[in-house]
Amino acid sequence: MLSVLRTIWMTLMHTFRKRDTVLYPEEKPYLPPRYRGRIVLTRDPDGAERCVACNLCSVACPVDCISVVKAEDESGRWYPETFRINFSRCIYCGYCEEACPTYAIQLTPDFEMGEFDRQNMVYEKSDLTISGVGKRPGYNFYRVAGMAVGGKDKGEAENEAAPIDVKTLLP
Amino acid sequence: MFGFSTDTLIDFAFTAFETIAILLAVVIAAALLIWVERRLLGVWQDRYGPNRVGPFGILQVAADMIKIFFKEDWIPPFADKAVFVIAPAIIMFTTLMAFAVVPFTETIGVVDLNIGILFVLAMSSLGVYSVILAGWSSDNKYALLGGMRTAAQMISYEVFMGLSLLGVVLLAGSFDLRAIVESQAGMWNVIPQFPAFVIFFIAGIAEIHRAPFDLPEAEQELTAGYHTEYSGMKFGMFFVGEYLGIVLISCLTTVLFFGGWLGPILPGFVWFALKAGFFICFFVLLRAATVRPRYDQLMAFGWKILLPIALVNVAITGAVVVAMA
Repeated sequence: MLSVLRTIWMTLMHTFRKRDTVLYPEEKPYLPPRYRGRIVLTRDPDGAERCVACNLCSVACPVDCISVVKAEDESGRWYPETFRINFSRCIYCGYCEEACPTYAIQLTPDFEMGEFDRQNMVYEKSDLTISGVGKRPGYNFYRVAGMAVGGKDKGEAENEAAPIDVKTLLP
Repeated sequence: MFGFSTDTLIDFAFTAFETIAILLAVVIAAALLIWVERRLLGVWQDRYGPNRVGPFGILQVAADMIKIFFKEDWIPPFADKAVFVIAPAIIMFTTLMAFAVVPFTETIGVVDLNIGILFVLAMSSLGVYSVILAGWSSDNKYALLGGMRTAAQMISYEVFMGLSLLGVVLLAGSFDLRAIVESQAGMWNVIPQFPAFVIFFIAGIAEIHRAPFDLPEAEQELTAGYHTEYSGMKFGMFFVGEYLGIVLISCLTTVLFFGGWLGPILPGFVWFALKAGFFICFFVLLRAATVRPRYDQLMAFGWKILLPIALVNVAITGAVVVAMA
């Protein structure tokens, strides 16, 4: 019986507690930098696009909402001719970001993407690409990768020694 | 012309006007309780509740009403149609009838019956028909179980309610609610009749089956109990009927134990509204704070604890009244 009275008293004391509700449209909640929201395509520090059209994000996507078409420029570098994300399917799981070998695809702390027309939820490459580096400043895939590509030969990348000639015994 | 004098006609017109005014005020108060309850629950659960429609969200009531009127008014094909339609009207009718004898101030009040308390008890007993008929006519197991529970609960708690009021009647020497209020001019009944007040309030909660005694509509076990099959405005009538019940029990508690309109400085009506409002808020607090007992616990609590206390209270009060006389 006393416990009932105690419960009533404790509930009454909640009158003076701070309310937990965030009044959303007026008061924006804090979103941490790693929040999984709207997907963007980032650029490397030199301003070139990072995506190499490897299709790993598309493969990793559990709802198949990413569609990439590969193209190759004159120096042999791959890039996406189209990069399309259907956000009406996307579940914001972040697997694409994890799969990406070049940190090109990234999720951002933004979820306000409501549309009245479903077709508007399909974002093309021009809608997705941003001008900055996103969450990975200073990272350039081709600078650290061993691959030879447009003007950079094997062994010329950062922290990389020149390739060893396995056909010779000379030191 | 009709054998009435002009005075009688004026009297009649005034009474009719007063009745309609009280009816409207009570129904509007009950409708506003939808908003009051949700806001208060919000306060006690550290959130806001409805605060978007109109100032402080008060127009939520209007929005809810519009919504409920435009809902499909569905009568299940297997239901007993006539009874199904009448059932929700009964609870509204009986609860509103009970308001007829409630004296709001010295002058406001529909009628002063010399059997006022008995009338209130009779009307709340008739309210049982609403839920049991609703449960029966729905032809649905859950609805029937809910209806049976309600009937058992309401009939049991009616006993303690009546017994707890006997003490008040003995002190006032009258069943008339207005006379009871006037007898409390020296001291509110809650002081000499504290056990009776507690029993009356608990029985009142059980009578209108509000949380924590809302077993008839225990969502977790009976989906929604007797109003499982109801929708649209018929469900709305059960809903408003419940809120009317809260207002009624709060008003009765005020009248019987807290001196009705009596109070210093402020006009009588303000005192009445303040006291009744306090108990209405307490109903909501109870809902926010307490858990629902098991059905057998509810019955055992009534018959093994409340009934003996009520009987002892009546006996002691009677002895004191006789000794003083």
